[in-house]
Amino acid sequence: MKHSSHTPFAIEARGLVKVFGDNRAVDGVDLHVPTGSIYGVLGPNGAGKTTTINMLATLLRPDSGTATIFGHDIQEEPQIVRQLIGVTGQYASVDENLSATENLIIFGRLLGLGRAEARQKAVDLLEEFGLSDAAKRPIAKYSGGMRRRLDLAVSLIAQPPLIFLDEPTTGLDPRTRTQMWATIRRLVASGSTILLTTQYLDEADQLADRIAVIDHGHVVAEGTPDELKASVGVAALNITLDHEKDITQAKAVIEAVLHTTVQSPAPRTLTAPMAKPDGVTDVLIELRKAHIGLDEISVQKPTLDEVFLALTGTPVKEGEQS
Amino acid sequence: MTSTTIVAGVDRQLKNHTSFYATVRHSLTMAYRGLLKVRRTPEQLIDVTIQPILFTLMFTYLFGGAIAGNIASYLLLLIPGILVQTVITTSTVTGVQLREDMDKGVFNRFKSLPIARIAPLAGALLADTIRYAIATILTFATGYMLGYRPDAGLGGIVAGGLLVIVVSWSLSWIFAFFGVIARSASSVQGISFLILFPLTFLSNAFVPVSTLPGWLQTFVNANPISHLISAVRQFANLGTIGSDFWLSLAGAAVVVAIFAPLTVRAYMRRA
Repeated sequence: MKHSSHTPFAIEARGLVKVFGDNRAVDGVDLHVPTGSIYGVLGPNGAGKTTTINMLATLLRPDSGTATIFGHDIQEEPQIVRQLIGVTGQYASVDENLSATENLIIFGRLLGLGRAEARQKAVDLLEEFGLSDAAKRPIAKYSGGMRRRLDLAVSLIAQPPLIFLDEPTTGLDPRTRTQMWATIRRLVASGSTILLTTQYLDEADQLADRIAVIDHGHVVAEGTPDELKASVGVAALNITLDHEKDITQAKAVIEAVLHTTVQSPAPRTLTAPMAKPDGVTDVLIELRKAHIGLDEISVQKPTLDEVFLALTGTPVKEGEQS
Repeated sequence: MTSTTIVAGVDRQLKNHTSFYATVRHSLTMAYRGLLKVRRTPEQLIDVTIQPILFTLMFTYLFGGAIAGNIASYLLLLIPGILVQTVITTSTVTGVQLREDMDKGVFNRFKSLPIARIAPLAGALLADTIRYAIATILTFATGYMLGYRPDAGLGGIVAGGLLVIVVSWSLSWIFAFFGVIARSASSVQGISFLILFPLTFLSNAFVPVSTLPGWLQTFVNANPISHLISAVRQFANLGTIGSDFWLSLAGAAVVVAIFAPLTVRAYMRRA
């Protein structure tokens, strides 16, 4: 069992595939997550994020491919893998009818803590997550943010070295989201490795040391946030022309200046990623020289949509289930 | 988190199997969880509290005069019948609740924990014996208040009650199986009702078998429920053990022998 202890990776996945019917939910995902880092898996609904996590967490059997957690194969040694991970799902996976204390005690007992130990652990974790006041309330009466916090607290009972967070902040208000981010950073400071999935570019940007962008079950890009940004630009230029007839010429001008691909989402509109916002000055000068009139111009931070557009050439599809 | 340092994943000594001792402990914890849930949602107990009282009262006064001439002698016939019907019907809840549980997010968490795979199932089956005990005690208590005084006294009643609990636990494996393979909790409820309603009513629970048409007598006498009821009557009224007792136990053992492996296998495939 010690043979693979040299691996610097908390997670190594090669060619993971999961097929549901004729939907290839995960279609050959490779991941290398260094120990002690926050790894972000970024993608829209239905990209295969949750399915990937479920396979790595031994909840789903991959149809093909292999993965190891700290060197332990997820299919050969699932019970060992389970001792090394904590999973916090998209939906709170705690007992609705029970109180926070009861939930924590039951999971503590299941994880091998003694009666008194489990009770003490429950008190400590509730304190740490600011849930002490609501400790006796049934979870059914909790707000979304409180559930997420409890859910995370449950995942931390056994102090697992690897924690999966499946969209930890989806549906949370901005204040609760910031709190969750702080918690995640504290976790890593204490030595955990975290794999988190998110639909939000800024969340991945804020938290992750490395990011894998995933779409239709494929990893379409991987790297540090800076590397990814360099590939899609830090800003997106949106230009609306006065006249539709100028579109081809304007496109050529912008492409020449910014050295990038320009998209045209509407007849008079052009969008382009920019490495630096001051690229807009050169674009405007060139457009003036070419006598192309502008109706509207804006420079925005790239949205997830634009990242996808740039990386995959296809816009994010809404409404697909993960 | 700030005070503790996480032990690195590669430095941990771990085993890939769960010991028998750990399996028992995990199952007991899951049973404890089941009991906690009952305490938090006491309305779950309506079927084992209200039903025995209501049915006993209804049947006693509705049929007592017509079937046995008076209430006291009908109770000797009726109470074992009502007891078996109520407790066995209760055993279907195991399947319904198991299905509901498996559909919830918390079940995913159980699957991600390093616990015995069988623990949630074993815990559910274990916790439900408390329901059978409640239903048994309430049925006898209601009977007692109405004037049920079987000849064998308390000993016979306790023995009869225990037999019913054991058999119901065995039968709950059938419904646990439906619970594991069914798509929704309500379909489990539906299947269970379709099986149990005719079985419990087309038995010797409420009426003397001699009053039935011949073809129905054949069915009723073959019905395992009838044998269980006869065994309880024998315990309570005569204080003896007869062939019905052994038949009931043997039937229960067969059910467990068939359905326990089936359920466990189907369950493990999903767990």
